[in-house]
Amino acid sequence: MPDLSINFCGVRSPNPFWLASGPPTNTAYQIMRAFDAGWGGAVWKTIGEPIINTASRYGSVDLKTERMMGLNNIELISDRSIETNLREIAEVKKRFPLHTVIASLMVESKRETWHDIVKRTEDSGADLLELNFGCPHGMSERGMGAAVGQVPEYATMITTWVKEVARTPVIVKLTPNVTDIAHMAKAAKAGGADAVSLVNTFNSIVGVDLNNFSPRPAVAGRGSHGGYCGPAVKPIALHMVSSVAKTVDIPISGIGGIGNWRDAVEFMLLGSTSVQVCTAAMHYGFRIVRDMIDGLENYLEEKGFASAMDIVGKSTPQVDDWGNLDLNYKIIAKIDAEKCIGCNLCYIACEDGAHQCIRVEERPLGDLRHDVLPKHVPHVLEDECVGCNLCALVCPVPDCITMVEVDSGRPHMSWRQLQEARGKSPQCSMEDLLAGKNGS
Amino acid sequence: MSNDAAPKLALEQLEKNFADINPPLSPGQALEEGSRCLFCHDAPCIKACPTAIDVPQFIRQILTGNLRGSAKTILEANILGQSCARVCPTSVLCEGACVLNIEGKKPVEIGRLQRYAVDPVIANGIQLFKARASNGYRVALIGGGPASLACAAALRRLGYEAVIFDANPQPGGLDTYGIAAYKMRAQDVLKEIEMISALGVEIRRGVKVGSDISIAQLERDYDAVFIGVGLGATEVLRIPGEELKGCMDALSFIEETKSKSLNQVQVAKRVAVIGGGNTAIDVVTAARRLGAEEVYMVYRRGPEEMSAFEYEYELAKKDSVTFVWQASPVRVIGDANGRVNALECIRTRKGAKDARGRSSFVHEPGTEFRLDVEMVVKALGQERNTQFLGQIAQLELKNGCIAVDSQTMCTANPRYFAGGDCVNGGGEVVDAVAHGKKAAAGIHHMLEASRGRKAHA
Repeated sequence: MPDLSINFCGVRSPNPFWLASGPPTNTAYQIMRAFDAGWGGAVWKTIGEPIINTASRYGSVDLKTERMMGLNNIELISDRSIETNLREIAEVKKRFPLHTVIASLMVESKRETWHDIVKRTEDSGADLLELNFGCPHGMSERGMGAAVGQVPEYATMITTWVKEVARTPVIVKLTPNVTDIAHMAKAAKAGGADAVSLVNTFNSIVGVDLNNFSPRPAVAGRGSHGGYCGPAVKPIALHMVSSVAKTVDIPISGIGGIGNWRDAVEFMLLGSTSVQVCTAAMHYGFRIVRDMIDGLENYLEEKGFASAMDIVGKSTPQVDDWGNLDLNYKIIAKIDAEKCIGCNLCYIACEDGAHQCIRVEERPLGDLRHDVLPKHVPHVLEDECVGCNLCALVCPVPDCITMVEVDSGRPHMSWRQLQEARGKSPQCSMEDLLAGKNGS
Repeated sequence: MSNDAAPKLALEQLEKNFADINPPLSPGQALEEGSRCLFCHDAPCIKACPTAIDVPQFIRQILTGNLRGSAKTILEANILGQSCARVCPTSVLCEGACVLNIEGKKPVEIGRLQRYAVDPVIANGIQLFKARASNGYRVALIGGGPASLACAAALRRLGYEAVIFDANPQPGGLDTYGIAAYKMRAQDVLKEIEMISALGVEIRRGVKVGSDISIAQLERDYDAVFIGVGLGATEVLRIPGEELKGCMDALSFIEETKSKSLNQVQVAKRVAVIGGGNTAIDVVTAARRLGAEEVYMVYRRGPEEMSAFEYEYELAKKDSVTFVWQASPVRVIGDANGRVNALECIRTRKGAKDARGRSSFVHEPGTEFRLDVEMVVKALGQERNTQFLGQIAQLELKNGCIAVDSQTMCTANPRYFAGGDCVNGGGEVVDAVAHGKKAAAGIHHMLEASRGRKAHA
């Protein structure tokens, strides 16, 4: 049985599945329900001077019948007093000593205020601290959250203040609303952060009401930009995690659209030690963790990994610069005529959206009253196919279109190598250089 | 028939029995069902629709909340899109062609989605189309069924004056009178026809061409004539006792369920229906739903050779109809009052196959048997209307149907065009609409060409 437990900055957590700071982690009641359900840890909803929230607070993006592909919120940090939150943290730790409780903190940018909150929180028994430098709405207007996380000097400064007094490891939660998140991770590390968590939510307007012209979610006919999260942001978050993992040597807690064990594994492969979940729990409840645990366990077992820690960063070496990719690697699309149902989506996608390498005859008129409808299978012009994947991506039938490797008979040649070869043999044609011939 | 009549069901129960067999989709259902459409390129559902409705497009419009645009996409191709959504045999047309079938999935419920888009437009009387300014030409249309309605609507949109002459009190032909009530109510069709009338199509009701108005006069007053008269009366059995009270034809029976309140329609306790087509199914199910206790469907061949669609057969099975296969009626037996009290049949066996691949059948002597019934309904198909068609000069008939150019629907008489059942011998509403559309284009082409000639002269 693979070991699902992780070691995060010296803190052992029963599994890598943590609830992210947000509505599901507002109270001890919720967090204890979550731990009962199987979550390994929870980041407490950000503690600070209590705020007053609006109604409404959430807006979402649906995709046909799929609800909440993306979720946006304008909710602020905890609306409960610091004392209440800290007392409840202590309660949870007493009931669940082996589970990981992370206290998310956000106070005004004053050294003493930060010193004070850090000390009080540690007294409550929290295992880790997470500094919320990411909240993109509301709090940022008050000089907190993303207002800190978007300025590397501020981030370093406040992290330094916290580290002056902290005895527990400190995670800095990063906002994605910056040009280079790895730069912000470096800033956090410069301040002494033990780890980073990313990403916080993206600045967003989730939609506009076509009837009353109000942005959503609306508060009495007005709206404000909110923070976007959920499945829709996962690819962006994955890239940001990998970018930090490649450039900064620091443990990462990955966040952004994680809803199942597969998502979690992807984040871990790209460098996350733990993963944090919010939208999926808001959508389906804490019970989703059961399959996350089971799925991860089965995956590790099938792949022969003894511990969840073994997959952390496993993909990082394979994330490379475009300039190092092999230009001579060739694949082409193959359509399985047996499986093909004749929707022609591959044809039209290639014709209008890609490289015009699929042909299909016009479909004849006819219905079942007169004869059997002919099966209508497009075919790939293999010499033209550039191997872009689009047809396979749009094909609605599993494994009907596969991309098959073709031996180009040429050596590995990346753009960088090509540039180098060109410098050495400027007289050679590009074609020759690609083929590995340098004229000598 | 009073003693032998089926006990009358309460109107409430009857309404329930004849309730919409395929109720409208809710917005949530429409979203879910519409989401299953793959938006095929060069989609087979379009190719399988006689009127070539752009199905993926109208479904996409439902999904984007452009319901009005969706209805327009449908009605642009098929002005009777509301009727067709309910009565089309979609399992052999658009839905039968859906690529999801190939993957072993349920096809997209195109008919119901079409209804979802069109119903509100018809119900609210929203006029999506306009007639073009008059071009001075006048076209007469004989018969007020789907072919004529579709032709007239298309002609109005091209600027023609279009006048429909319909012998019935209500227009719509079999669309109004001949569709099982649980598929569509007459008032729904009439609402649909209102939209066509609102385009400026004139419908002269209760006017029989040939007697109330002469063919010669139509030829004098109009530049072209469209024939959409459908077929004639139900074929006769040519067996003794056919004249007895309680022996009737299927279309009259269905018409009663469509033109009267359901509690006004008479049905016997025990009914025998003769035939194996979709109309026979309409009758057996209607008889059961009206309260008949025992309903027999008597067919001279076996179930595999019925012309009724599979889903129609299933419907009859669900309604607990007794199927009497390989049996041919030989005599209707009456009581002293001249009322039906039995149908005598004889067993048949399969003979050689005919040109259409259907078995002929041979009576098995000595196998006669009686079905005790108080009502016999003949659902044998309709006769060709050759008597009326014979009055029109130069019209060429083929097997009793009007021969036309398949592209223009022009008959052998260049001023006459034709479409619908009188051309194909009996088809679907959607086939008639397709004919009407084509004929309108054919008429337009012909008259425009002659205008050109006149201008030159």
